[in-house]
Parts: sequence; structure tokens; C-alpha cells
Amino acid sequence: MPTVGYYPGCSLEGTARDYADSIQGVCRKLGIELVELEDWSCCGATAAHSLDHELAIALPARNLILAQQQGLEDLTAPCALCFNRLKTAEKALKKKASEDPSTTPEGIQVRVWDLVEYFSRPEILDKIERGIVRPLQGLRAVCYYGCMVNRPPKVTDARAWENPTDMDRLVQTLGATVLDWPYKTDCCGASHAVARPDLVTALVGKLFRRALDQGANCMVVSCQMCHANLDLYQKRIAQEHQLPLPVPIFYFTDLIGLALGERSALNWMKRHMVDPEPLLASAGL
Amino acid sequence: MEDRAEVVFLEPDYDVTGKIRALSGISPELCYQCRKCTSGCPLTFAMDYYPDQIVRYLLLGLEEKVLSSATVWVCSACETCTTRCPNEIDIAGLMDYLKQQAHARGLVRPKENLSYAFHKAFLDDIGRRGRVFETGLLQRYMLSSGAWKAKLSDGTLWEEIRLGLALFRRGRLPLRPRGIRDTHELRRLFEKAPVSSENTTQSSAS
Repeated sequence: MPTVGYYPGCSLEGTARDYADSIQGVCRKLGIELVELEDWSCCGATAAHSLDHELAIALPARNLILAQQQGLEDLTAPCALCFNRLKTAEKALKKKASEDPSTTPEGIQVRVWDLVEYFSRPEILDKIERGIVRPLQGLRAVCYYGCMVNRPPKVTDARAWENPTDMDRLVQTLGATVLDWPYKTDCCGASHAVARPDLVTALVGKLFRRALDQGANCMVVSCQMCHANLDLYQKRIAQEHQLPLPVPIFYFTDLIGLALGERSALNWMKRHMVDPEPLLASAGL
Repeated sequence: MEDRAEVVFLEPDYDVTGKIRALSGISPELCYQCRKCTSGCPLTFAMDYYPDQIVRYLLLGLEEKVLSSATVWVCSACETCTTRCPNEIDIAGLMDYLKQQAHARGLVRPKENLSYAFHKAFLDDIGRRGRVFETGLLQRYMLSSGAWKAKLSDGTLWEEIRLGLALFRRGRLPLRPRGIRDTHELRRLFEKAPVSSENTTQSSAS
């Protein structure tokens, strides 16, 4: 059974409990053991890097050092922003170590993984493919990657930051029709949702229009901020932008669970704001 | 001759870019104004100055103008500009630097800047337990920023409350916060930081 470090991040204990459930459910099904980082703390998120440069590095760095102490070689981070901040700290620690070898003598060896990237490893993709009992025919999906797992590539080590394809390949493997579209990595407004919802509805409205024009009947994400911005405000956005919503928003792990025949998958998705049941029923899933 | 009265003489501070480079490692003087940052920016529609104009003003030494702009708070840190800049200027990092400076020097405008209020409430929440407790954070932000008043008058407060209840029913708004065990380390991190959460209340009052 492969084991891998797991840094859930604050939202997965709260508003993104649905994502946490789907990740744990899918990993159980695939025989991947998630080892939660002991006593992990917040990555600092947008607040720290906006207000305090030192904390913006020190907060995620604490978690990398913990991972190192706990002997974790790989650390997965489902939240795109957590992933980005952990990678930023990794780069900062490396720079510091190269300038002053006495600070972190052994260096940070932990590899931080974005969850889609981790699930796209050939052995796991293979395992998923062999486990499919219910191919997701009838779903016409656009995959939405958002900003933080890709940009800036100097931090994320992404190889295809303008046109990522990992999630597309994964969802295609599950039997869904994956549509190409140009807004894969355009911003959803992220944490602006709280203080400037006007910005978020403008950005997300644009994403929906294009996704629907492309013929999508659902959207797939891997980040809980993207999910919240796409899923929570559809009524308002439909009115403001005259769009034929709702459209279900899935986590990629929801779809893996569904295709693998995981019974609890429907329960994870019931906790989204937009009920995917009508779409799934019409697709015979 | 009348036009002459309207000529505005700039009082540039030529040390601005040098200071930025020393403090953040970012070199805005490498900009040759191709405007690629602005062309790819998803939020220009809500900005008072475009990203390339921010860089230009800094080159002209007009730092205060930039520090009190709306643009720095509208930036969502999507990193498109940083990724695409042909001269590898970390423009999103520059926006962070400007936010940090505006925060430290009490130059955040307007006074009722909700994005700023949210960042402060968020950072304070991390300082409390080491993890963010969204349920409490959202309430405290609404009360401390006065956002609830604006939402009450434009009618969106009820929408927010309905959304909160819907999330609660779905088990997505827990009532009890979780914190980290190593609170000593947490205190050390927050005390060590030059602009800690304690200072944030001071600068917002100034």
C-alpha cells in the first residue's frame, strides 16, 4: 500500500469538508494511505503574503520542516494555494541554504505534490483505469485548473502552465468527454469572494459563459477556492450574466469515486451547493 | 499662458526602485513597457491604474501615489503577469510588496478597504490558533470591517445568511475551532515578524 504525506489545509476542515471526504474516500478505494502531517499549521494564504513577507515564508516553512522531521518524503496538498505557499517556502529555504549552508544543514528533501499531479503518476493512473466499473459516459466536462498549481512555474515547477492537461487526461480516463477550452488557468478571484464578491461574479461569469459555449454540462476542479467560487453563487451569477445555470461543479476526486463505484461518492457531492443528481440521472450514472 | 498654471511638477523620489530591490529583490527598472502584464491581467476592469502604470509610476519615483491606489488591493495574485513578463519582473510580488508597505505605513486607501480588513482578520485568526477557523473568521470580519452594514443596505446580507445556513446544513461550517499544539512556536513566529498582527490594528487606526 503506497503511503503519502497529506497536508489538508484549513478549509478542508471547514467549508471544504466535502473535498476532504472525497479525497479520503478515493484514497481508501485505491489503497493509498494518507499520512496527515502531525500538528500542521496554516500556510498563511493570501493574507500573509499580502501583509507580512516574513510570515508568508515562515508559516509554510514550519510545515515543510515538520514533514522533514516526521520522515515524509512526499507531501500532497489538495488546496492550490497551500500547494503554492509550500512550494514558495521550499524555494526560499533552498535559496537560504545555498547562501548559508549552516542554516538548514540537511536541506529540505520533502517533495510537495499538487493532488492532480500525484494522481497522474503512471502507477496510480493505471490503478484507477483498472478499477473503473462505471465509465462516466454522458458527462461533457471542462477541466478548470485555476492559478495557483501552475503559476508562477518558477515556484510550482509546472511544465505546461499555459495549457495544463493532467486533469483532462485523468477525467478522460474515467470515460467522460473532456472538452478543450481556453480558460483552464484564468483566475476565479479566489479569496476576493468574501470582501469583493463583485469581482468574483464578474470573473466567474466569464468562465461559465465560455464553458457553456463549449458545450459543457459540468466543470471539474481540483481547488476548493475555485470550487466555492464556481459552486456557491450560481443563482446570483445567472441573474447578473443572463446565463442558463446551474451547472454542477465536481472535484476530480468526486468523479474518480463515481467511476470506481464508491458508494459514498454521492454523499460527498450532495454537500455541494449545486445538486449534481439531475445531471447524473440523465447520464444514467 | 493659462495652460501653464495647470502644469504639475513631480517630486520624484529616485531611491524608490533601489529600495524595492533591496527589500524584495524585485527590479521594476527592468521594465520596457511592453504592457504584457496589463494585457493578461484579468482584473484591469476594476483597477484605477493598470499594472504597467504602477511600474511606470514607481520608475518615476511616485511611490505614495501607488501605495494608496485601489489596484494593489484589487490584484488577486493570480501570477499571470509574473509568469509572462519578458524581463522576469515579479509584478505580482511587487503588488504584495506595495500592500505590505501600505499596511506598515498606514497608507491603505480608501479607509473602508474591505480586502485589507479581510486580510487583517485572516492573519489575526492564524495568530490565535495556528489554523484558520472559517466560521469565526467570517463573523469577525463582517463585524470588524462594518461589511454587514453595506450588505444590509444593498440586501445581500440575507443572501449571505442563507448561504451560511445552507453550508451549515451540509456540515461545512463547523462550530468548534481546531488549533495546533505547538502554540509556543506559533507565538515565536508572530513575534519575530516585523509587522505582526498586533501592529495591524495600529496602522488601520492611523
